[in-house]
Amino acid sequence: MCSGWIKDMITKELDRLESEAIYIMREVASEAEKPVMLYSIGKDSSVMLRLAEKAFYPEPIPFPLMHIDTGWKFKEMIAFRDRIAQKHNLNMIVYTNEDGVRRGLNPFDHGAAYTDIMKTEALKQALNKYGFTAAFGGGRRDEEKSRAKERIFSFRNEYHAWDPRNQRPELWDLYNTNIAQGESIRVFPLSNWTERDIWMYIQKEGIDVVPLYFAKERPVVYRNGNIIMVDDERMRLLPGEHVVTKKIRFRTLGCYPLTGGVESEAETIDAVVAETFAAADSERTSRIIDGDGGVFSMENRKKEGYF
Amino acid sequence: MQDVLRIMTCGSVDDGKSTLIGHLLYDAKLIFTDQEKALELESRLAGSDGNLDYSLLLDGLSSEREQGITIDVAYRYFATPKRRFIVADTPGHEEYTRNMAVGASNSDLAILLIDANKGVSTQTKRHLRICSLMGIEEFVFAVNKMDEVGYQRKVYDEICTDIDELLADIQTGSKLSIPLSALKGDNITEKSSHMPWYAGPALLEYLESVRIGDYGEQGFIMPVQRVSRAEGDFRGLQGQITSGSIQVGESVSIYPGEKTATVKSIISDKKHVASASAGMAVSVEIAEDVDVSRGHVLAINANIKEANMFEAYLLWMDEKALKEGRSYIIKLASQQKPVSVMKLKYRVNIENGRQEYSRSLSKNELGCVDFICPGSLVMDSFDRHRALGRFILIDRLTNMTAGCGVIRHILRRGDNLSHQEQDVTRKMRQEALGQQARTIWFTGLSGSGKSQLANGLEKYLASTGRHTMLLDGDNIRLGINKDLGFNEYDRTENIRRVAEIAKLMNDAGLIVITAFISPFSEDREMARTIIGDELFIEVYVSTPIEECEKRDVKGLYQKARRGEIPNFTGIGSPYEAPDNPDIIMDTTNAVVNESIEVLAQKIESLLNVE
Repeated sequence: MCSGWIKDMITKELDRLESEAIYIMREVASEAEKPVMLYSIGKDSSVMLRLAEKAFYPEPIPFPLMHIDTGWKFKEMIAFRDRIAQKHNLNMIVYTNEDGVRRGLNPFDHGAAYTDIMKTEALKQALNKYGFTAAFGGGRRDEEKSRAKERIFSFRNEYHAWDPRNQRPELWDLYNTNIAQGESIRVFPLSNWTERDIWMYIQKEGIDVVPLYFAKERPVVYRNGNIIMVDDERMRLLPGEHVVTKKIRFRTLGCYPLTGGVESEAETIDAVVAETFAAADSERTSRIIDGDGGVFSMENRKKEGYF
Repeated sequence: MQDVLRIMTCGSVDDGKSTLIGHLLYDAKLIFTDQEKALELESRLAGSDGNLDYSLLLDGLSSEREQGITIDVAYRYFATPKRRFIVADTPGHEEYTRNMAVGASNSDLAILLIDANKGVSTQTKRHLRICSLMGIEEFVFAVNKMDEVGYQRKVYDEICTDIDELLADIQTGSKLSIPLSALKGDNITEKSSHMPWYAGPALLEYLESVRIGDYGEQGFIMPVQRVSRAEGDFRGLQGQITSGSIQVGESVSIYPGEKTATVKSIISDKKHVASASAGMAVSVEIAEDVDVSRGHVLAINANIKEANMFEAYLLWMDEKALKEGRSYIIKLASQQKPVSVMKLKYRVNIENGRQEYSRSLSKNELGCVDFICPGSLVMDSFDRHRALGRFILIDRLTNMTAGCGVIRHILRRGDNLSHQEQDVTRKMRQEALGQQARTIWFTGLSGSGKSQLANGLEKYLASTGRHTMLLDGDNIRLGINKDLGFNEYDRTENIRRVAEIAKLMNDAGLIVITAFISPFSEDREMARTIIGDELFIEVYVSTPIEECEKRDVKGLYQKARRGEIPNFTGIGSPYEAPDNPDIIMDTTNAVVNESIEVLAQKIESLLNVE
């Protein structure tokens, strides 16, 4: 697929990114009072998990992982999460906003409010409940424009809000993790990774990822230019929509009614990497959430505390 | 060949930084198709004249879009078949210099944009100095908007002359000037036909091939980030190697203390490896049971130092100005410690590089500062070992990163004055007086009973034939320190002078007693450092504030409550109680004579230790 010296260049670059992420994780493990790793089950989380194991080996990972479960994730994601937690003997916290569940919030009727309450609000509740002072997230700067300006250490006030005007300069590799009571930090050790790096690393390391990333015949509907998979009986069809079987895969994972797939023949990691090298659409187009609310939606979500 | 080149761009507000990088990405066909769609859409939203506005590829935060300026650093990632790039797009507006320093600290090479219409500006000079301070040695001077000056060689040549002048006192590696137009695409990815007189490469070609020099660092260094413990008595020293390499079986020095240990094993990538080198994140096991914790540094043949005073270039980034005497938290490698500004030697005039006298450094100002640390730090000068020669300063109250700097030299006490060797030593004077010299340092709130206790103690000591000297707040302030006021700097200087006087008197063999509120622990730590840990006895008079205020011997609390004395300790200004004083005295319900007796007994037991 690529010639020897390019491969060599990529390996060197992956080694550099790996060392950087490990360095960041160790800083947080040393300096933060109560860290946690947010685990979203996706490919970035899978990479983070591998990096955390490497950072502390032979010691077990010295902080828990936490998954914010909206109740609408793909079935395969949940099965994968439980399998990985068992296999790696992880301390995995699963948190769901039960109040939102009782109120019957769902992605069909409640749109943006559903995301706010079941993801953003749930995350805040969970961080408060356990008193976590630092949370690792898998965000990357290449994902989306406003993330290109996000720092590796992102400071949140006692309401978990992000103030773009009150963030700290990051000089060299000297991260200032000092915070006041009630404040917290979100830490993005994969900031400098690109989607390509993530897949190259998964390939190089043989990291286990959710099978949804690989092409397979799946029941789908076409909606507003997106391909939505019918993961269970709760899926609501609009008039005129019908379920068809298509060979698709996913580039990002989330709540199934809000996550668009792409038609693909890539059934193996090698094929996915090859496809990613040729990618013409940057990955967030397949995540519908960013489209709500115009050009700056992602940024507004972040101000409210969305990861 | 480097696998990745980290670039930053800097220039004034309208110099066209974002347009340059946007155009570079666009021409290099590095834009994803949906972003291209988004670009066309957003260009329409921005009301452009039909031309693609490349800068919109980079600007991202809505608040800055409204202001029409970039306020933060945006990182872009792209690769050509020849190289990978990380581009830090940094702001040009004067107010946001700190973000530029951030970009520079994470870059190998800087592209400085110069508007061909305007030539070298104050901003160019400022940016060059900041880049240089942060350690960038490779520069590209992009003379932009050549289309607006008719692609004239004369304009470009004149600017090049100014650039050479600018570089006279800046250390650079390779450097290149390129005439270009970010808007029209001249000399960006391909040589422009508009400027045949320019013989150099196009920008992209140069960036693909430029070599970044290594910094010639000597020996092996690894700051310890974390000590890991695991089953089977495993103790791993975790860290990232910042220079050199290490092998199993090698002997390694552990700082501070320069203890020697043997490398038992090295773990990298969940495997035991025989050796490891710069850039790798590893766990090192040592054979000996030497005390090591976060902040220690492992080194081999690196000749690094332990010191408590150093001179540094500093870029100030906080709203609250830096002043002499103020104290901050320094983060240097994995060390975090308090540090005080001993002397602001000069401010650097950004425009001409001249040194100017100043008592403070404001936001975005550059200066040369001497620091003192109550403990010691493992460090080196920035030009010898980058990782041990750079630091940030953290505000103790707000926790904000207030400044950043690089160490120029380590200072040793009296480095410039050679300490006069005297034939008669303190030991001899002590023997002549038949006593051990000590400084008994009282600290406590106003009205806590310090002076009374100190006075009583001195009377007791004199009665037992000791040679003593009492330094009390008011008589020092009326005499040797009458030039000092009560601001932060002057308070610290007051304590420093008292400590120096106490030290001289100790050298004369005397037992010195001092009675000052000395509310800040870092000031007391400074005094301890000056006097010497082995001579210093700390007495904390812990009488609570309610009791002190009730007594209010001098009527000061009343005045302070009325707001007539700002920064009065306990009311407008905090009192930091000692963590671990040698003696604690609470005089609340005590009879004075009894207290003095108790104190005298305790002191006796400490005075007779050699």
